[in-house]
Amino acid sequence: MEILTAIKRVPETGAKVSLTDDKLDIDTTSLGFTFSPHEECAVEEGVQLVEEHGGNVTVLTLGEADATEQLRSAIAMGADDGILLDGGDDEWGPVGTSKAIADAVGESGTDFDLLLFGNESADTANHQVGVRVAEELGLPCITGIKELDVADGTATAKREVPGGSEVYEIDLPAVITVKEGLNEPRYPSMRAKMQARKASVAERTPEPHEGDLELVELEVPESDDSPAEVLGEGPEAAADVVDVLEDLEVV
Amino acid sequence: MVLTLVEHEDGEVDDVSLQTLALARDVAEQSGESLDAIAFGSDAEAIAEAVGAHGVETLQIVDDDALADYAPEAYGRAVAQCAEELGTEAVIAPGTDRGAETLAHAAAKLDVTMAAEVTAVEVGDAYELTRQRWGGTLIEHSKLTADTNVLTVAANEVSASETDGGAAAVEAFAPDVDDGDLRVRLAEVEESDVEGVPLGEARVVVSGGRGTDGDFSELEELVERVPNAALGSSRAAVNEGWRPHDDQIGQTGAKIAPEIYIPCGISGAVQHMVGCKGAENILAINTDPEAAIIQKADYAVIADLHEVAPAIAEELEARGHAE
Ligand SMILES: Cc1cc2nc3c(=O)[nH]c(=O)nc-3n(C[C@H](O)[C@H](O)[C@H](O)COP(=O)(O)OP(=O)(O)OC[C@H]3O[C@@H](n4cnc5c(N)ncnc54)[C@H](O)[C@@H]3O)c2cc1C
Ligand SMILES: Nc1ncnc2c1ncn2[C@@H]1O[C@H](COP(=O)(O)O)[C@@H](O)[C@H]1O
Repeated sequence: MEILTAIKRVPETGAKVSLTDDKLDIDTTSLGFTFSPHEECAVEEGVQLVEEHGGNVTVLTLGEADATEQLRSAIAMGADDGILLDGGDDEWGPVGTSKAIADAVGESGTDFDLLLFGNESADTANHQVGVRVAEELGLPCITGIKELDVADGTATAKREVPGGSEVYEIDLPAVITVKEGLNEPRYPSMRAKMQARKASVAERTPEPHEGDLELVELEVPESDDSPAEVLGEGPEAAADVVDVLEDLEVV
Repeated sequence: MVLTLVEHEDGEVDDVSLQTLALARDVAEQSGESLDAIAFGSDAEAIAEAVGAHGVETLQIVDDDALADYAPEAYGRAVAQCAEELGTEAVIAPGTDRGAETLAHAAAKLDVTMAAEVTAVEVGDAYELTRQRWGGTLIEHSKLTADTNVLTVAANEVSASETDGGAAAVEAFAPDVDDGDLRVRLAEVEESDVEGVPLGEARVVVSGGRGTDGDFSELEELVERVPNAALGSSRAAVNEGWRPHDDQIGQTGAKIAPEIYIPCGISGAVQHMVGCKGAENILAINTDPEAAIIQKADYAVIADLHEVAPAIAEELEARGHAE
């Protein structure tokens, strides 16, 4: 099986988010970078499927040149090679991103059986790049999957709904977007991380496309940071806790 | 005209769709346009009544045997065709799995962008949007200027609002879909066999993070003592293999809205906190008075959860609150 997984470099924010002065971005001066848990599961699933059926996992990202760091993290998890679409520092919208990814798939010379995406990206959460890539390539697509089986060229994919799950069947080649919980992504070994540093990463410069949302500014939502009422500093606080529960009439 | 996708179960319109209609009606009023809805299925009468009471003038009903079961691309094709034929200025859908998926297909077919997770729209020369990023950790202000403005509404961020309107007029819309659009179809619906109160519906949620050190037994016992309570966790606890992912609360997990949320040994990372925005009260148990969760909580106990949780269970029993 030839599998492509698409991941996006995003800052790893902690308890507080602060913005750059122009309010167009998160201030990342003291932050590390990662990719979404959904996409970690996409990579893990690709690697597991190749372990079972043979083949290759190619991991692709569109972003600044430093996004090779995330490609190498995915390669350390077991992906075979990487493609960096060097999009510079500017944020690409979902239309531009999808067209660039679809172009890169076409140019890669590989007939992918399965293209795995996150259900939504961690930062901009546009909820559409996977679907649009499928539309560009004329492939079938299902989103938000938390359980996946592949046998004889058909994928059986489950999506959670309140009170149960929906089961979809989809013939490969196909695009599937996934959610965290699909599997338990592995922690790469030290040795895998070292080797990933030497893995081949192809670089391309994608063609920009117009027609996305125009960002005006970002805003950190107000949160109520008034100090909590401290009920106590040990097990003797239990009586006050139960008072609170009684007042709220939940016990 | 503003066209809104409406989801329903046998004619009963779901909550997020009603919320979506409230935002869509606001857009329609600001731009002096009428509000239409599009729905799939054979329950036109019930749907027309429900959406009419939320300001919809005309319901476009797609009642087609081939589309009786949900099929994402075909539904997207139908919405795109309906928008084109009726010349709509905006197409709006609920920010649910199906709503976003259908609308993403429609937006791709219309070759326009889709703005997801929108919470407010100001109509001027452009649509000035407010929408959520990072699961609601950040708010984005942006401009949408497509020929057809396509957007989804963030779930549970906008309140539904009724009008005194009667049932919407019903028009049949017959889309031109082909077999290619039906490659992906819903094959089966399975009911969950999970016991207990679902996280999303619990009135009390007790959750544990890395601070539990993997021992959830005291938190489990506490949950058993309280009616309508459920156990949750942070992503760190799931990553450690201590809890199943279904228990995870946050950006990439469950969203909860209990009367009280009791996070134990959880630091309060932004990605965790967006999952419990809906909680009325937060009572944090943490050894670290400087932990971010303490700032975000209403009540706090600064202590070891392994000592406090059993003490609360005992106190509940002493006061006769045994489940
Ligand atoms: C894109 C993205 C999505 C994410 N989605 C989610 C998500 O959906 N949900 C989520 O939870 N996280 C999510 N995260 C991860 C998040 O950033 C944090 O890493 C995670 O929430 C930390 O979990 P924690 O609070 O249990 O662990 P820690 O941050 O390690 O905190 C442990 C806390 O336990 C306290 N403690 C230690 N011992 C005790 C004791 N004996 N008694 C009481 N307190 C004690 C400590 O003081 C500390 O505050 C996401 C991250 C990213 C990048
Ligand atoms: N810049 C990018 N590079 C690679 N993949 C991306 C990029 N943006 C989005 N994706 C993929 O598309 C999915 C959905 O993104 P979105 O439509 O932005 O929510 C993500 O989870 C990724 O798998």
